[in-house]
Amino acid sequence: MRASARPAAPALFTDHPFLHGFDPGFLSEIGEGAEDRSWEPGEFLLREGAEADWFHLLLHGKVALELEAYEKPRLTIQTLGPGDVLGWSWLVPPHHWQLDARAVKPTRTLSLRAEVLRRVLERRPADAYRFLLRLLPVIATRVQNARLQILDVHGV
Amino acid sequence: MSMASDPLGPTGGESSPPGAFAPVPCVVVRRSVESSDTVTLALRPADGGDFPPFSAGQFNMLYRFGVGEVAVSLSGDPAAAGERVHTVRAAGKVSSAIVGVSVGDVLGVRGPFGAGWPIDETEGRDVVVVVGGLGIAPVRPALYELLRQRDRFGRLEVIYGARTPADILYYAELQRWRSRHDLRFQTTVDAAGRDWYGDVGLVTDRIPDLRFDPTQTVAFLCGPEVMMRRSAQSLEARGLRSDAIFVSMERNMKCALGQCGHCQFGASFICRDGPVLCYADVKPRWNVREL
Amino acid sequence: MPEGISRQGVGDTGILSRNDFPSLFSALKGRGYRVVGPTVRDGAIVYGDLEGDADLPVGWTDRQEAGRYRLERRGDDALFGYNVGPHSWKKYLFPPHERLWTAHRKEESFEVTIEPNEAPPFAFLGVRACEVAAIEVQDRVFLGKYPDPGYRARRGRSLVIGVACGQAGATCFCTSMGTGPGLSEGYDLGITEILSPGPHRFLVRVGSPRGAELASDLPLTPAVTADHGRGKEIIERTAASMGRSMTTDGLRELMVDNLAHPRWEIVARRCLSCANCTLACPTCFCSTNEEMTALDATSAERWRRWDSCFNLGFTELHSAKVRSSGMSRYRQWLTHKLGTWHDQFGVSGCVGCGRCITWCPVGIDLTEEVAAIREPQGARPPPGGLA
Repeated sequence: MRASARPAAPALFTDHPFLHGFDPGFLSEIGEGAEDRSWEPGEFLLREGAEADWFHLLLHGKVALELEAYEKPRLTIQTLGPGDVLGWSWLVPPHHWQLDARAVKPTRTLSLRAEVLRRVLERRPADAYRFLLRLLPVIATRVQNARLQILDVHGV
Repeated sequence: MSMASDPLGPTGGESSPPGAFAPVPCVVVRRSVESSDTVTLALRPADGGDFPPFSAGQFNMLYRFGVGEVAVSLSGDPAAAGERVHTVRAAGKVSSAIVGVSVGDVLGVRGPFGAGWPIDETEGRDVVVVVGGLGIAPVRPALYELLRQRDRFGRLEVIYGARTPADILYYAELQRWRSRHDLRFQTTVDAAGRDWYGDVGLVTDRIPDLRFDPTQTVAFLCGPEVMMRRSAQSLEARGLRSDAIFVSMERNMKCALGQCGHCQFGASFICRDGPVLCYADVKPRWNVREL
Repeated sequence: MPEGISRQGVGDTGILSRNDFPSLFSALKGRGYRVVGPTVRDGAIVYGDLEGDADLPVGWTDRQEAGRYRLERRGDDALFGYNVGPHSWKKYLFPPHERLWTAHRKEESFEVTIEPNEAPPFAFLGVRACEVAAIEVQDRVFLGKYPDPGYRARRGRSLVIGVACGQAGATCFCTSMGTGPGLSEGYDLGITEILSPGPHRFLVRVGSPRGAELASDLPLTPAVTADHGRGKEIIERTAASMGRSMTTDGLRELMVDNLAHPRWEIVARRCLSCANCTLACPTCFCSTNEEMTALDATSAERWRRWDSCFNLGFTELHSAKVRSSGMSRYRQWLTHKLGTWHDQFGVSGCVGCGRCITWCPVGIDLTEEVAAIREPQGARPPPGGLA
């Protein structure tokens, strides 16, 4: 990873709404090896097909989710901002990213190690359930939005 | 032949206002291209006369000689005397013929018709405007009205969703609005190329982050029905009451007089009782398929 | 012309003998009216131009049932011894195909001329009570905020000569809808045909100042108590022999609150979406616009043509059909007619004439549909022979 990175300070875990309300012990466990990262505009946070080994929580900036269809121009399908989370492929085998994510503004993330997350979630089912309840609405909303985009409602 | 009395009585004896029944010839004085299929036209009466006043959210029937007539919302400033502004997308035969006019051509105008945005409801409250696609056009007159009386209400939040950056209407004007400090104007598109640095996503995604006091807010929604439905649900989830939300509906208006039956939506004639309806009334009907 | 009662006022009555009935035609023609009314054509009693009483369906009656209509001889010479046929007066007041205006090219612009309405006024002869009500229902549609110039001109000049029904048809239910069978108001001259006892005659009641003027042209003799008694009896007998009935309590709510009722799917299996009911209905007002352009493009015309909510393309949102299923189109028709019509116009859209039952090619009966929706769900098996 070329982005500048340093170990994540514990205070960062209370800065992101996705992590609000979790047991401190659980947060400390999933925070093992977590990094506080900065991304320059144009830099990719993830690339389609690459191993999904990090879970990025956006603290600042803006990230574009892009699809590369080689016969067409690259398409941005969604932009994410502070408070959003980036992706769930790290949880779904075979743990490969399904799209590109590119910083369009200077961006800062709290990045959790996927391997640590998977291990901790496996071991702490009650916390894992609460964690998934946080993640599921993100997935549901993006699926619903994708459906509306298929409808091309503004194009009629 | 002697006719002692007219059995129609006082109401039936009235004539329709001029311009309601037959189109009034109007000259195209300005034509600006908004996108690949959409233009904005400014019209003046061909006889040099005046247009009747209109309120934000109303529509006119635009007629192209020998082709036909189509309902188009008024999208200019209600306070601008002398001309009427319409933004038209080439969708069918008639609208394509209207989009294809040149400056100097004559179109027929009937109207204005329908019920507009309840501007008075905004007094002392926050205002949220959520628009999608061509839905910005019927809302623009309301924005002019609101910005003219900016001190009469609280926050003004506008979210505008377009299909792609190339489909964004009123681009220059939106840039000016975006730079104002007394309104927050956010634009988002469904999809974009790399040359777009703005937001990509649906208007509904922005609703959780809007700043307003749910107990003292009125919302205007205009755009595709599915977008208005989702937006209204998101606003309700934020605590806004359904009777504080207003939606602009669309159906195939033919007569615009509440007489041909085409635009019925439950008990409402969209042309007469709408196009702006209160979401509290619309909500149960949106739950009925094929109404 | 023989002198009857010298001067008539609203509410006054008189007797017109059968032999003097032609004087009604001469009075109407003398006042410049185009007389239209019931006449036999193509095996049905329709409305058309009448030259004299011989053009009326003298001695004919109609036998009606759901999806069935036949003419039969009566065995007497009654002039009005039948009920309503496939036509209604709306074909005159709201013509099936009407030019609204013409635009002529004029240099770079055009000039619009609203269709003039200078035709002779109509005298509608033989308007039944349910039809008077139907005309008043359409008045609310066409004479509201934007009065239709053509309708207004024709309606304002038309004379309504009502006829009380001396019998009820098998598909009639005007008593349920509160519109008949006796005439209550909305007519210029009201007639009750008395065949017996005594000579064949007509009890005439003046309903308006114009009716009074017309009555002054007629050789009326004073109506006596027996005439009034007989007239009342005829209406009571007719009211007691309605072929259909419909419970109207809470009907609007029944319609708007039952949009998901399974009955709509059941009736939709039979409905052909043929639009016969809307064309025969005396209150259905839906129409579409048509553009007609001269080949040399110097003029263009706007025409209005009857349309129907049963047509697939009737309600569109962009080019998508809003009501693509037959179920939704039948539901739209009935819930509008009996439900949302109240919200829109303050009255029911149904006057109980029964035309939609008779002229439905598969015999769908709205009174039966309403009853089925009124039944507690599951309490009533679907009628046999469907599907």
